[in-house]
Amino acid sequence: MMIDQIPTAFLFFAGALVLLALPQGRLRGVLLLLVPILAGWQVWSLPFGNLQPVSFFGFDLELMRVDKLARLFGLVFCLSAFLGNLYAWHVRDTVQQVAALLYAGSAIGAVFAGDLITLFFYWEGTAIGSVFLIWARRTEGAFHTGMRYLIIQIGSGVILLAGVALVYRETGSIAFEKMTLGSLGTWLIFLSFGIKAAFPLLHNWLQDAYPAATVTGSVILSAFTTKLAIYALARGFAGTEILIYIGAVMTIFPLFFSEMENDMRRVLAYSLNNQLGFMVVGIGIGTDMALNGAVSHAFAHILYKALLFMGMGAVLFRTGTIKASELGGLYRTMPLTTILTIVGAVSISAFPFFSGFVTKSLTFAAVGNAHLWVIWGALVFASVGVLSDTGIKIPYYTFFAHDSGMRPKEAPTSMLLAMGLTAALCIAIGVYPAPLYALLPYDVDFTPYTTGHVIGQFQLLMFALLAFAVLKRAGIYPAEERAIYLDTDWSYRWLLPRMIRWIATLTGRIWGGTTGMMHRRVQNIIAGLYHSHGPEGRMASVWPTGSMVIWIAVLLGVTLIVSFFG
Amino acid sequence: MSAQALHTARTLSDHLPVLIIIIPFLAAPLTVLIGSRRLAWPIAFGAALSSFVISVLLLLRVLDSGVISYAIGGWLPPIGIEYRIDAANAFVLLLVSAIGTIVLPYTIQSIKSEIPERHHTLFYTMYLLCFTGLLGVVVTGDAFNVFVFLEVSSLSTYVLVAMGAQTDKRALTAAYDYLVMGTTGATFFVIGIGFIYAATGTLNMADIALYIQVHGTNRTLETAFAFIMVGMGLKAAVYPLHLWLPNAYTYAPSAVTSFIAGTATKVAIYVLLRFMFTIFQPDFLFEMHAVRWVMMPLAILAMFAASLIAVFQSDFKRMLAYSSIAQIGYILLGIGLLSTTGLTAAIVHLFNHGITKAALFMGVGALVLRSGSSFYAKIEGMGKVMPFTSFAIVIAGLSLIGVPGTAGFISKWVLVQAAIEQGYWPLALAIVGSSLLAIIYVWRVIETLYMKQPADGWVKQEAPLTMLVPLWIMAGATVWFGIDTELTMTAARTAADGLLHGFMAGGQ
Repeated sequence: MMIDQIPTAFLFFAGALVLLALPQGRLRGVLLLLVPILAGWQVWSLPFGNLQPVSFFGFDLELMRVDKLARLFGLVFCLSAFLGNLYAWHVRDTVQQVAALLYAGSAIGAVFAGDLITLFFYWEGTAIGSVFLIWARRTEGAFHTGMRYLIIQIGSGVILLAGVALVYRETGSIAFEKMTLGSLGTWLIFLSFGIKAAFPLLHNWLQDAYPAATVTGSVILSAFTTKLAIYALARGFAGTEILIYIGAVMTIFPLFFSEMENDMRRVLAYSLNNQLGFMVVGIGIGTDMALNGAVSHAFAHILYKALLFMGMGAVLFRTGTIKASELGGLYRTMPLTTILTIVGAVSISAFPFFSGFVTKSLTFAAVGNAHLWVIWGALVFASVGVLSDTGIKIPYYTFFAHDSGMRPKEAPTSMLLAMGLTAALCIAIGVYPAPLYALLPYDVDFTPYTTGHVIGQFQLLMFALLAFAVLKRAGIYPAEERAIYLDTDWSYRWLLPRMIRWIATLTGRIWGGTTGMMHRRVQNIIAGLYHSHGPEGRMASVWPTGSMVIWIAVLLGVTLIVSFFG
Repeated sequence: MSAQALHTARTLSDHLPVLIIIIPFLAAPLTVLIGSRRLAWPIAFGAALSSFVISVLLLLRVLDSGVISYAIGGWLPPIGIEYRIDAANAFVLLLVSAIGTIVLPYTIQSIKSEIPERHHTLFYTMYLLCFTGLLGVVVTGDAFNVFVFLEVSSLSTYVLVAMGAQTDKRALTAAYDYLVMGTTGATFFVIGIGFIYAATGTLNMADIALYIQVHGTNRTLETAFAFIMVGMGLKAAVYPLHLWLPNAYTYAPSAVTSFIAGTATKVAIYVLLRFMFTIFQPDFLFEMHAVRWVMMPLAILAMFAASLIAVFQSDFKRMLAYSSIAQIGYILLGIGLLSTTGLTAAIVHLFNHGITKAALFMGVGALVLRSGSSFYAKIEGMGKVMPFTSFAIVIAGLSLIGVPGTAGFISKWVLVQAAIEQGYWPLALAIVGSSLLAIIYVWRVIETLYMKQPADGWVKQEAPLTMLVPLWIMAGATVWFGIDTELTMTAARTAADGLLHGFMAGGQ
């Protein structure tokens, strides 16, 4: 078959070209759905191995290295490209359509890259493709956010390239295989992966950019970039101990911020960050089971996070706002969106019989097997946090809580269809995880539905729910606005409430202070540079002929001195 | 050296090294003698094209069978003038003749709007003289002959720059400044040659090299080296000696800028290479010191200071001029590493940057044709008015940054490799860091062209085909040489090897 000869990523790029030739309308929508289906089918039918060796500039590139790990990510990327495009059926914006294809194509290309140079090309491809999903909003704010996002993403690529060059110098190989941290080169590669994976302190681009994208853009954004980084970490740094601690911090750190956040899509961005933490922990442990956990969690996570972004996107699409304080009571007119969002919320909270449960419990089991009890505790804490932050906060304040008085129409059919399909997949994986387990890179010897697991999880969830209910009941009497204040801290009211607030404020202050200072300093530097190098500056001004000649004499003198006495 | 085997049977192809000079050199007065405005261009183009073909043949032959030596008029070197071609000059010959030929069709429309019609014949005469001079500097193996050809090219360049006076009178002062500076540089160079002649008694490069190898250096020769470095450094626009360049490039007619930006400084760099590696040797302590304490710091300074100035410019053409100075920094950096990889990077960047800058200046010229000015404020939204021109500018701009898939990436990549090879981490970082500045100044252009609205009442008005085709050939070349590196890398590596190890050995 001809199609087997083409790297999967090129299918997407070719699709983008064909798209430009088609008139705006249904035909484009069909093409946008067809491309991921075709690509998914291709990925599914490819044999394992290195299929597309190419020689470029003296290097042997591997455009299609297919194995179980790559195939799983390739499949889920095709799947989420399909769902995202279905969700975006109503969009009639060429920029977004092309960007979605280029972005998804680059991400898939990166997953199948068998060498670091190919990886670098696609790595930058994802950055360039995705930024247009932010710019497509066409506001001044979106432009600046996009610019910041692009700088960080391109920066990650540049660091990657530097790392690759160093590793190549050291080992003489550009193969993308497991690496050990140690040399500067591997550290740089690690750092570049870390930026895309939104490691703590490298994470700000995520919460900055995702809520700023278009309604459909953030659905597509949520799927690829960070999960590509997770794939890259799983491929390159499995079993790197430091990842366990980074991951643990990552699961907890975003909770404080998301708890205080009012913008629902930003809440989702924070909880995305937190979910990445679970995967990073799994990769850090590096046992077969832990890697299975991380990878399957990525798979499930892409789906339910997309579902949540879809739900919030639909609300934004219909109401024009996504602020918790302005929303509420939408269940009356958007019942289907409500139900489907709740499915996503329940999945992310890892209720039994939903996808989050069967994948997260793999990670938990792996942490338990490794006897990392502190980490285990952190993850439990984070799980409770997710439930309150996302599992309850998102549906509660959007669809229930105090009535905002808004009566928007139900979401468009294409959106509902996309959400319905995604929700069905979330439930299907949760009820019958065997097919997903079969796709995982290592053999799975694990049953999620043992009495112990289920009861343990229910205890955790019920306790958290109970706490919520009790506090809610106690808080019914105060005016409704106070409920919003309540949500900031209710789940931690029984857990060092002051300290958390203090940490959050302090971090915020320090962050604000340092960035403010940096900002001022950068402004000053630029002003100084402009003063000296600008068109009116000394460096750029037109010099009189005589002083030009002086330079010649000076340089001759210096050269002579250096030559004679050096 | 006199044991040199002479060409006894002389076919036309044996005369190629001299034909590449003779044809344009004779064509230049021919245009004046015929005096026809209509015939001037065909004559010039025919001459340039034949030089280009010859340079291709020469490069292939050199890569195939090594150094070619040609004795002018049958007078044996070192007494007679010798033309001596190895991979290094064959490669530069190719660059100069290719740019010179491709720019020529572009000149037809471009000079119509920028130069008074009565000067058109003279323009082609000067263009051919400049072309000849640049080729002559490269082809010759005689140190004094370098000076002669250098003056031929410089004097004609001054005239060409001054021809921009119709558009902007400042072209006259720019030409005058360039004249003063250029002559000072040439004088320094000839003083250096004088010292060498006094010390060695010969002007043939290979012969001087042999003498120095046998007798070693002395103060006179060291002084000569300093004079030559500064003199040529000025011609090459090495950082603090660059002051003539921004004005000359900005106010010269677009066609002239396209031609000299891609070639003149590159030829000067070539001469530097010749003197540093063939005549003198980098093993000499004084040369090491000069490279380490003068050349390298200036190269790094150029990479940043000139890039920063480019960032803040408000005139596209001037911005490109400053970016050229920064790029010269990269080339010098590659030379200063004194390794095969470093030299390869320098030579390949010399070529890649030559075609990139030629493409960009051609693009500006096309914009100016429609907008009347190269100020950013005047070319806002030109992406809509001139989509093909603007896109070519974007492609060449990407190559200027060094985006993978373009020629600029190849040379920077090799340069970074060369720096890392010797363990100079900070240098590698500096290269990447200054490339970030390039992103900013190229981005400003893209923003101006595409993200701003053109002036009210705009209509789509592309440049004429005679400008578009050469522009796209150049822009296409930046992509081509970014993907297929066979020719450039082989030639550059052979040239670097030749310079470092075997110029002498190759000819014997």
